[in-house]
Amino acid sequence: MSSIYLRRRITNWLAMGLSMLATLVGLAFLAWILWETLRQGIGALNLKLFTKITANGADGGLANAMIGSLIINFIGIAIATPIGVLAGTWLAEYANRTKLGESIRFLNDILLSAPSIVMGLFVYTIIVLPSTALTHGSTSFSGFAGGVALALIALPVIVRTTDEMLRLVPSTLREAALSLGVPQWKLTLQILIRAARSGIITGVLLALARISGETAPLLFTAFGNNYMAINPIDKMSSLPQIIYQYANDPGDDLHAMAWAGAFVVTMFVLLLSLASRLVLSRSKVSHD
Amino acid sequence: MSAQPGTIALSLIQEQRSRRDARHERLFRWLLKGCALLVLASLLGAAGATLWGGRSAFATFGWHFLVSTTWDPGNDVYGALVPVYGTIATSLIALLIAVPVSFGIALYLSEVAPAWLRTPVASAIELLAGIPSIIYGMWGLFIFAPFFANHIKPWLTNKLGDQPDDGKLSWVAQHVPFVGKLFGSSYPFGASILVAGIVLAIMIIPFISSVMREVFQTVPTRLKESAYALGSSTWEVSWDIVLPYTRSAVIGGIFLGLGRALGETMAVTFVLGNAMQLSASLLDPGTSIASTIANQFSEASGLQKSSLMALAFLLFVVTFFVLLIARLMLRQLAKKEGS
Repeated sequence: MSSIYLRRRITNWLAMGLSMLATLVGLAFLAWILWETLRQGIGALNLKLFTKITANGADGGLANAMIGSLIINFIGIAIATPIGVLAGTWLAEYANRTKLGESIRFLNDILLSAPSIVMGLFVYTIIVLPSTALTHGSTSFSGFAGGVALALIALPVIVRTTDEMLRLVPSTLREAALSLGVPQWKLTLQILIRAARSGIITGVLLALARISGETAPLLFTAFGNNYMAINPIDKMSSLPQIIYQYANDPGDDLHAMAWAGAFVVTMFVLLLSLASRLVLSRSKVSHD
Repeated sequence: MSAQPGTIALSLIQEQRSRRDARHERLFRWLLKGCALLVLASLLGAAGATLWGGRSAFATFGWHFLVSTTWDPGNDVYGALVPVYGTIATSLIALLIAVPVSFGIALYLSEVAPAWLRTPVASAIELLAGIPSIIYGMWGLFIFAPFFANHIKPWLTNKLGDQPDDGKLSWVAQHVPFVGKLFGSSYPFGASILVAGIVLAIMIIPFISSVMREVFQTVPTRLKESAYALGSSTWEVSWDIVLPYTRSAVIGGIFLGLGRALGETMAVTFVLGNAMQLSASLLDPGTSIASTIANQFSEASGLQKSSLMALAFLLFVVTFFVLLIARLMLRQLAKKEGS
């Protein structure tokens, strides 16, 4: 009897110990990755990064990539936000228990983790190739195409959060407005979306965090550009794409710049996810 | 008092307004539905565009495309087996590592850890999910692959591989089948299928563990308390009560991680070595579907470009079904909760 008891206790201790070890391993890798990004990135930070362009190579900076990233991300979010919010509203308010609504909600969850490189090839086919035909020229990669590719990645994030947040809005609010004779579209736009606003903003910030580190879909859409490009129909470089290019280069100076770029991207993404949490937690307080 | 004309005018205005409202309502409904259908369109479009782009590769090579190991841009002959093998091998290694670790983390955070520690540790692990994949790739390329090549790989090749430095085969390599082949390598660098699998594992651990943690928390407290009351240990409750109750969702979470691992491009491209070769050794470099596309697409044309599109189609279809299974499995638990 006591030997069975002892064995069970030992098994339990072992399991508890291993689970703690697993957690420590996870945290250790997180710390290792963040530490290296900080150490190597801060070491390579200097003013040149923000003022010079990549055409100067190791003596240059990343200014054009940063501007390009901002423009491409902005295009992506500007396309994905209205479409995503409206689609999420449809799922939550108009098609909550219908078959089509359920299927689209389900497929949206799949799109959420679909391989981003395939999305890049999709945009290459529908935007880059046709615009090549229009210009009669060589393949016309553009910042706009990159923005569309990122919009496809941001879209399911925004659809899902909008859908979830609207379904959290108490139905008494809907009933009160409808009983006053407010048409449903007005109710949706002026009351429900306003009530779920902070949740929707959180979704947009999360989507922005998600796309600002994406590299794969930009390789064949925005392509890259060693000079400053502001016009979205030009080829455009972005931070992740420059990191990819510089990290694959044999030169140590370029590696340092890639680390600096990685540091900037990581900080941007972490700040965004922090901001989204703040928005959400503040909204929770105000609802009480 | 002539209330009559005023009422008539009012009802006219009301009727006009309600008609206008109905028109706006229809327009609004169609606008919303159109946006929602765009989600559907982007999935179908991605599948259709890659299939269309890969049509000449499928037409030229037929089924042979799937089983051929040749990838020869010089002679314009392409086969998908090497990148497909690399994708599957790295993803399976990632799952082998990530599933037990994620289970441990979820167990620790839902059953073992003191309450004050749970939220900060869980947010820290979720932070790992937010780091862009290219950062994992850089860390893998500059930090982890050299570390692996200097400290772990020599041990593996000497103790387990069939090509040790001193030429003396270890007991394991002589007596356990396949192990010698798996860990034998004369390639001096770190970048390899195993390293890519490890980096992928670190990437998907936060996804799998957060799904597991969430579903573990849905287990009714009375079930667990009954088991504790009968004298079960924490481990017995977790293994015999929590895990069976949440089995389908746990499998769903694992498939979700697998879907991520299959389609991951950047983290893998940096640490896989990008060698178009089929090697039994996990310590040799290889390639995956996504990294082949990332490396070759911009310079490819003609049949090579079409073959890359065909690869993308394969990847998309496989990930789609993996994610489909994942979501169906996850939904089963949600149904159980609802009933």
